[in-house]
Amino acid sequence: MHPETDKVMADRIAKLALEDGSVYTGVAFGADGEVDGEVCFNTSMTGYQEILTDPSYRGQIVTMTYPQIGNYGVNAEDVESAKPHLSGFVVRELSRRVSNFRAEGDLDSYLRTAGIVGIEGIDTRALVRRLRVRGAMKGILSTVDLDDASLVAKANASPGLVGRDLVREVMPAQSRVWNENLHSLAVLEPSGHQPTPVDASAPHVVAIDCGMKWNIARHLSDMGCRVTVVPATASSSDILGLQPDGVFLSNGPGDPEPLTYAIGTIHELLGKAPIFGICLGHQLLSLACGAKTFKLKFGHRGSNQPVMNYATGVVEITSQNHGFAVDEATLPADLEVTHRNLNDETIEGVRHRKLPAFSVQYHPEASAGPHDSSYLFAEFRKLMGK
Amino acid sequence: MPRRDDLKKILLIGSGPIVIGQACEFDYSGTQACKALREEGYEVVLINSNPATIMTDPATAERTYIEPLTWQTIEKIIEIERPDAVLPTVGGQTGLNLGMDLHKHGVLAKYGVEMIGAKPDVINKAEDRNLFKAAMEKIGLDVCRGRTVNNMDEARKAQQEIGLPCVIRPSFTLGGSGSGIAFNREEFDLMVNRGMELSPIHQVLLEESILGWKEYEMEVMRDVDDNVVIICSIENFDPMGVHTGDSITVAPAQTLTDKEYQRMRDASLAVIREIGVETGGSNIQFAIHPDTGRMIVIEMNPRVSRSSALASKATGFPIAKIAAKLAVGYRLHELANDITRETKACFEPTIDYVVTKIPRFAFEKFPDADSKLTTQMKSVGETMAIGRTFKESFQKALRGLEVGSFGFGCDNKDLWGTVMQPSRDDIRAKIAIPSSERVWYLRYAFKEGMSVDEIYEITKIDRWFLDNLSEIVETENELRGINGCGAIETATLRKAKRFGFSDRQLATIWNCSDMEVRAERKRRGIVATFKCVDTCAAEFKAYTPYYYSTYEDEDEVPVKAPGKKRIMILGGGPNRIGQGIEFDYCCCHASFALREMGIESVMVNSNPETVSTDYDTSDLLFFEPLTTEDVLNICDRVEPDGVIVQFGGQTPLNLSRALWNAGVPIIGTSVDTIEDAEDREKFAALLRRVDLMQPANGIARTMNEARAEAEKIGFPALVRPSFVLGGRAMEICYDPAQFEKFVKEAFIVAQDKPVLIDRFLEDATEVDVDAISDGETVIVAGVMEHIEEAGVHSGDSACAIPPYSLQGPIVARIKEATHRLARALNVKGLMNIQFAIKREEGHDNLYVLEVNPRASRTVPFVSKATGVPLAKIAAKVMAGVSLIEQGVTEDPIPSHVSVKESVFPFVKFFGVDIVLGPEMRSTGEVMGISERFSIAFAKSQLAAGTVLPKSGTIFLSFSQRSKHHVERIGRALHGLGYQLLATEGTARILNEHNIPAKVVKKVQEGNPNLIDYLINGEVQLIVNTPSGKGARTDEGRIRAAAVSHGVPCITTIPAADAVVRAFQALLTEQMDVQALQDRFPVESGVG
Repeated sequence: MHPETDKVMADRIAKLALEDGSVYTGVAFGADGEVDGEVCFNTSMTGYQEILTDPSYRGQIVTMTYPQIGNYGVNAEDVESAKPHLSGFVVRELSRRVSNFRAEGDLDSYLRTAGIVGIEGIDTRALVRRLRVRGAMKGILSTVDLDDASLVAKANASPGLVGRDLVREVMPAQSRVWNENLHSLAVLEPSGHQPTPVDASAPHVVAIDCGMKWNIARHLSDMGCRVTVVPATASSSDILGLQPDGVFLSNGPGDPEPLTYAIGTIHELLGKAPIFGICLGHQLLSLACGAKTFKLKFGHRGSNQPVMNYATGVVEITSQNHGFAVDEATLPADLEVTHRNLNDETIEGVRHRKLPAFSVQYHPEASAGPHDSSYLFAEFRKLMGK
Repeated sequence: MPRRDDLKKILLIGSGPIVIGQACEFDYSGTQACKALREEGYEVVLINSNPATIMTDPATAERTYIEPLTWQTIEKIIEIERPDAVLPTVGGQTGLNLGMDLHKHGVLAKYGVEMIGAKPDVINKAEDRNLFKAAMEKIGLDVCRGRTVNNMDEARKAQQEIGLPCVIRPSFTLGGSGSGIAFNREEFDLMVNRGMELSPIHQVLLEESILGWKEYEMEVMRDVDDNVVIICSIENFDPMGVHTGDSITVAPAQTLTDKEYQRMRDASLAVIREIGVETGGSNIQFAIHPDTGRMIVIEMNPRVSRSSALASKATGFPIAKIAAKLAVGYRLHELANDITRETKACFEPTIDYVVTKIPRFAFEKFPDADSKLTTQMKSVGETMAIGRTFKESFQKALRGLEVGSFGFGCDNKDLWGTVMQPSRDDIRAKIAIPSSERVWYLRYAFKEGMSVDEIYEITKIDRWFLDNLSEIVETENELRGINGCGAIETATLRKAKRFGFSDRQLATIWNCSDMEVRAERKRRGIVATFKCVDTCAAEFKAYTPYYYSTYEDEDEVPVKAPGKKRIMILGGGPNRIGQGIEFDYCCCHASFALREMGIESVMVNSNPETVSTDYDTSDLLFFEPLTTEDVLNICDRVEPDGVIVQFGGQTPLNLSRALWNAGVPIIGTSVDTIEDAEDREKFAALLRRVDLMQPANGIARTMNEARAEAEKIGFPALVRPSFVLGGRAMEICYDPAQFEKFVKEAFIVAQDKPVLIDRFLEDATEVDVDAISDGETVIVAGVMEHIEEAGVHSGDSACAIPPYSLQGPIVARIKEATHRLARALNVKGLMNIQFAIKREEGHDNLYVLEVNPRASRTVPFVSKATGVPLAKIAAKVMAGVSLIEQGVTEDPIPSHVSVKESVFPFVKFFGVDIVLGPEMRSTGEVMGISERFSIAFAKSQLAAGTVLPKSGTIFLSFSQRSKHHVERIGRALHGLGYQLLATEGTARILNEHNIPAKVVKKVQEGNPNLIDYLINGEVQLIVNTPSGKGARTDEGRIRAAAVSHGVPCITTIPAADAVVRAFQALLTEQMDVQALQDRFPVESGVG
């Protein structure tokens, strides 16, 4: 925030190297160090703090396409988990000044405290165009090793996302009861927003946390559900033991196919309780029903993805963050496509034809992103019949 | 529901002349809408009174009516054309108001015309303050505390509740006309009174002051299925209190978290749904308290607006085009995103750059006007710049403004370090009050050592913006510590370029030339890279891209295809008085012509309001400031085979020498010729060579030289500074006393340049000629006879094609002189000549006043009057196709009369004297067409908003110099049945000739004087020829009062004669309407 610290910072060099041999040299911010990850980009113009704290970015180096980041600082409210989970953060220009009535700190210090390496000052648009053409790539971001050849070699040697179980790195160790509601800014209602009270008759949702964004739980709680959050490794009997009225399958990082334990659990839960899945949860539900997933070229990450809801014929502008998608060719007869992406026609939502289960690939909890799809939480509650 | 098949023919209402608050953005939106509807197979009927628009080209719509924009005129058109629907939402507030008038007067119901885009009840709900407020409260949105009042008593009561400062907004006025903030009771009473008068329904809204709050805008689109998307968010640099049209604005919003942004998005969706805009675009304005985050809704425009044009240019999303398609039933997801092709229009653009818009003002033209920026819009144009950071786009925008600055200081306009350097107190005072100059004083504040927080406390400009400005100034200080561009570290030089510093700024800092800086940075590989505006931050491939420069690694401009020619057109930059839509029209036509010829057209412009900066006007569009550096950078990338400088007004001409010297292939008339025509001595020699006369003239560098010249030249004399545009500080002096005063002023404006003195030809007739030459053949496309006498700036004068009083032989002499000049100057392209004809000693002498070997302001008017597309033909000439090859060999002879009338911004500048003079002050123009001059003139007056009364009282007041006209005009008016009211002297002459006239007191003679008559609505027309001018003279006050009471005021004898002719003609004839397509054979259509 102060020019003095900015001067010191400006002397620190960071480099981002990709597996295709390209190297971007910029100025370091956040923590010192060296990290590997899949390099991807997000097109949201706002919401960097939500993006940073979204556990789904585990294992990724995220590039913001919007060039001015850090303008409004950081605060304790706009978080989607306890801390940033991504590997590295790439921006065109980090704001040295914070300006917002809710700001409590600046992005640079926030990332330094969280141990996240950042790079600024590079031609992020050139990087994004490279990723668009060649697809998401493995990369390495370093403030330590500044040798291009060495960095490229490390990028090539890095594990990447495919076939890895990243969920275990971000899921909670224990179960817990959730009791936080939506932020007052999140709901626009005539007489001020009042969360639906939770009483004895309230439905009980067990949320399987694969790296869940907190705003999902806030939504469930806000509309009057009792929410118990359990780790992704919880067994079906653990879950059924909690006597759920509904089971929620959360978002999470990486490739869904290695998550055989969760897929098995969901398979066992199908038909035992109404199920609602988001993002990775959608992929896991589809896998549990017999579909396959595939890796998208560079994924969907942003707040402007148009999705057609076939039930209403209306388009929702959605928040998205996924690098894998459900393969339509493998979709079992039991699953019906309810939502589709208008940009590339990929599946954005499915519903089980016989059992009370549905899921969406995008993020109805928004945060960051538009609130067009929050109705899905109400649909889930309706499905639970309470 | 896709395309509606029940509609066949759609009427589109344009926005009329360019005025403050309504500029060429509505030509842009209207043209897009016409194209969109025709693309869908609808027949489009268009009405607009403004001939300088692309939209009124006969090729843009099937049926084009250049007629006065009144509901009565539109009814006539509806009666003839029988459209199924009317689209009133793309023609600004004028279009919307006319749509409402047609509805209120039952015209739409009578002819079964459906209003599409927005329904009358929706428009009402959005525009009526009370209905809007109630609607907002219903959906839980906070609004400003306020009350609507209909009289002074109610106003005073409401003020007690609301307190001071209090915002006053008249209902239903353009661009917030008459709005203001009252800080005390006296101001309050004055502003409420004026607001009531300006409001067509005599209603005023009083509101709590939200001065200093953060201001935002959202551009929203909705389709018939209730799909809603946000196209763009805009954050105002200037906080609440300054009209958004006068604010520096930035896209996207910079200082909102996602939660706050989404709240605003939710609110925008709720507003458009509650108000019920079924299809199309709307603009919604919000204010946010900087400390508490309290958000209130300010207002909504249920139509395409100036901000929508900006949002379209800022994102690449064509709002007007999509709005038109939504209006005929399409849904957003059924329409393609033209830029990416593979994705749909149903999405929210995301951008990876920062856009800054800076307004341009014209206060130097209105020295008596209050230059404080308030909630009433006062700017006449704007420039937009794109950069990868706010710092870069801000500095680019400042140089794009073309006010002599090349960024945030460090140029010839910079007062810092000069004797004029402002003191800390000056700075504090200047930044406290929003004005067109404030931005420069923000820099001085930093130079003075003031902190971001200190400046914030005074200005309430967000600290994030201020800190970015501070970073620019810190970099400047760093650069000043370096000993020249040879000594600078490459990294520092690159940083300066990335922060938007121009070569000129760096050259000023290091006291070298900008070309030296350019050479040095290119040597070090620091060159501009061009990035694409693609709606999607590079997520998808872009096909119809436009570009902006920045200093990055990767460049995206496609390399020139082998064998394909590229020609670049330099546009006119921000609108200003004297240079606006007319030149953009020419640039667009040049582009159309090149594309027809299979040449790749490359447009360079920085004006977001224009058609030229639409994404599909040219093959390549560069949204860049028009400076030598920026143009050369583009030339380096696109390698043009030719560059056209003669269509964009003075802006590209000013660059032509430097570009030519740098090796840029300028085509058409040579740079030497352009300069020769501007050089007084060379020009005088040329006229002698071709045996043409010019008024006696001289040039003076000192007061003494000026006096000596005056001796030789005699009075009256015309005095003006050299190298200054639009007649700035140009004055006519009748005696040595006036001469002393005006020459002194001219020297100040001239800033070390000489002052020019000409013999003024009194009572001469002025003629404008537009011609095209290819070096062999010369076509005189239009001979325009001015209505006002020589001495009134040609841009302000009304004029007629063909000449309405000049006889054949003199017209022939004019044409012959034009041929001689075109050949002598070897003109290739367009040329404009101003002649004066003065009767001296029994015969008519022809004087040449000025020759401009370039497109003139009258090119679109002449094109519309004659059916000959001048700019297109000229562009083809420049690209190497001769007039004979084009089949253009005859001067066009129109069978009807076209009158151009000018439109002035006086209503925005309270108290300013309206007398016409050598300094141009009009912002726009209208055209009246008829078989007869008198009716064409009457139409032009009506179109310009001058309602000629059919009966009633006319006030006459003639200056000493024009007293000999009193009898003729008085008798004619009396004969037509008007009551006459006159000042003592004028009344005496009338009475001497047995013409009854009542005497009225002069203002200083007490009451009741003329102003009382005006207030009471007892005068319908004023004819007042000035003996002096100035807002403080008695007659100046009368004229200003006429403007604020909406009473037409005629200030010249020829105009009064024309009005008499119009009155006479209107006794027996109607102002009938006719489509342009019926006036010209189809094959010669303009366009």
